[in-house]
Amino acid sequence: MRVYLLLIWTWTRAAARYPASFALMTAAGTVTAGLDVAVIWVVFSNTTTLGGFDVSEVMFLYGAGGLAFSIADLLFSNADRVGQHIRAGTLDAMLVRPVGTFVQVTADRFTPHRAGRVLQAAIVLGVALARLDVPGSRLWMIPVMVVCGIVIFASIWALGGALQFLLTDSSEVANAFTYGGATLGQYPLSVYGAELVRGVTYVLPLAFVNWQPGLYVLDRADPLGLPYALRFLSPVAAAALAVAAALAWRAGVRRYRSTGS
Amino acid sequence: MIDADRLGRSFRVRRTTVHAVRDLSFHVAAGEFVGCLGPNGAGKSTTIKMLTGVLAPTSGRVTVAGLAPSRRRTAVAREIGVVFGQRTTLWWDLPLRDSLDLVRLLYKVDRVRFRERLGELTERLGLGGFLATPVRQLSLGQRMRGDIAAALLHDPSVLVLDEPTIGLDVVSKAEVRAFLRDLNAERGTTVLLTTHDLGDVERLCRRVLLIDHGRLAFDGTVDELRATVPGETSIEDVVAHLYRNSPPSR
Repeated sequence: MRVYLLLIWTWTRAAARYPASFALMTAAGTVTAGLDVAVIWVVFSNTTTLGGFDVSEVMFLYGAGGLAFSIADLLFSNADRVGQHIRAGTLDAMLVRPVGTFVQVTADRFTPHRAGRVLQAAIVLGVALARLDVPGSRLWMIPVMVVCGIVIFASIWALGGALQFLLTDSSEVANAFTYGGATLGQYPLSVYGAELVRGVTYVLPLAFVNWQPGLYVLDRADPLGLPYALRFLSPVAAAALAVAAALAWRAGVRRYRSTGS
Repeated sequence: MIDADRLGRSFRVRRTTVHAVRDLSFHVAAGEFVGCLGPNGAGKSTTIKMLTGVLAPTSGRVTVAGLAPSRRRTAVAREIGVVFGQRTTLWWDLPLRDSLDLVRLLYKVDRVRFRERLGELTERLGLGGFLATPVRQLSLGQRMRGDIAAALLHDPSVLVLDEPTIGLDVVSKAEVRAFLRDLNAERGTTVLLTTHDLGDVERLCRRVLLIDHGRLAFDGTVDELRATVPGETSIEDVVAHLYRNSPPSR
């Protein structure tokens, strides 16, 4: 953990040598993310509820899910570069060093320009909480869900990275679930079909990022009638997925075949 | 220091099994300087990758400083330094000094120790003139010296080099050889290198391992290697004779 932080700090200093590029990338990221919020605005100018939720509630779900996703994206999305490292032979160099490969792959060429997205999500979450009247006794769930969400997204990136040990060019597979999952979570899951919601609850636990714990924070009944206890199970889902990801990653490293001389 | 016992590695390639290394047994004691020879595709690099924890063996076992690299990868990494001659372990877009600073973090070398060690390596390897240059702009000779410095920052007891002199001009080659000889003589660092350059072997290695078709074909001194082919005097001709008379390639 300490090594990881030192590594990303060193890469941040390296990126800071090109301040104009850094500022532009960060601004571009924030503007793109801002357009997402504009879409919510447009939707609500035509209707008052979305899947049974009003604008503040949707912004809460959007902000909480977005915060978890953007932090995971900032810190761990480089895990999808395993295939590039295999092709370039840089994975060999990582394997001869006394630090875990996941730490090295995710910290390699770290750039903080995705931080703009974190800021944007935090602002949306803050605005939503200011407009909602969440009782103090339910607020504890918010940091829990954000942390669990980070772990869930990081685990999906790790699973995608592990898959690249087998199929070098499979980075888009993980993207479908990480970026796809983040987009899915921008709206209340009640707008989607019941089968999809069951899939992201019981198979790939994306519903535990912001939907299930969000229902607890908003004190809402589950529109799809799934068990009440699910809204407290985010830590269990996150831990289970993290264990699966760690095992898959280790299996991937052991199967690694290297290339050339 | 290095123990290989019936070490083997095979790869499945389109439903056939290729044995890159098989039944390889040897022992390298602390402080030895060993050269590893063999034709292209003989299994030298695969052997190096198993010693350094990059590849897991499919049969037999190998230990470095008493540890199995594939199981105790990070513990072994602290004991050995590795140089891949054909690819750098440094970061292309960073100045050499920043690359070395990242290596320092990975090996948890503290700042004081790092400064001391870098000063020493800078002087010995003549890095002073290009520490601020991005690695992609270094000449091959400079890059190789940078890579050697990176492999030695944590003061390992074993240094493993895969073709460290490949593509170097005579002057750079001589500098690298002199550095390795001194490292072995003064610090007692165990050195194992692979090479196609017989000058490396004659000038540096007290012992030669010859790998052919993934098997150990010879293990002994340079003079003993020369004596295996009566009538040939130059080491170049001896090795060419041995390679030519090896069973046909797969």
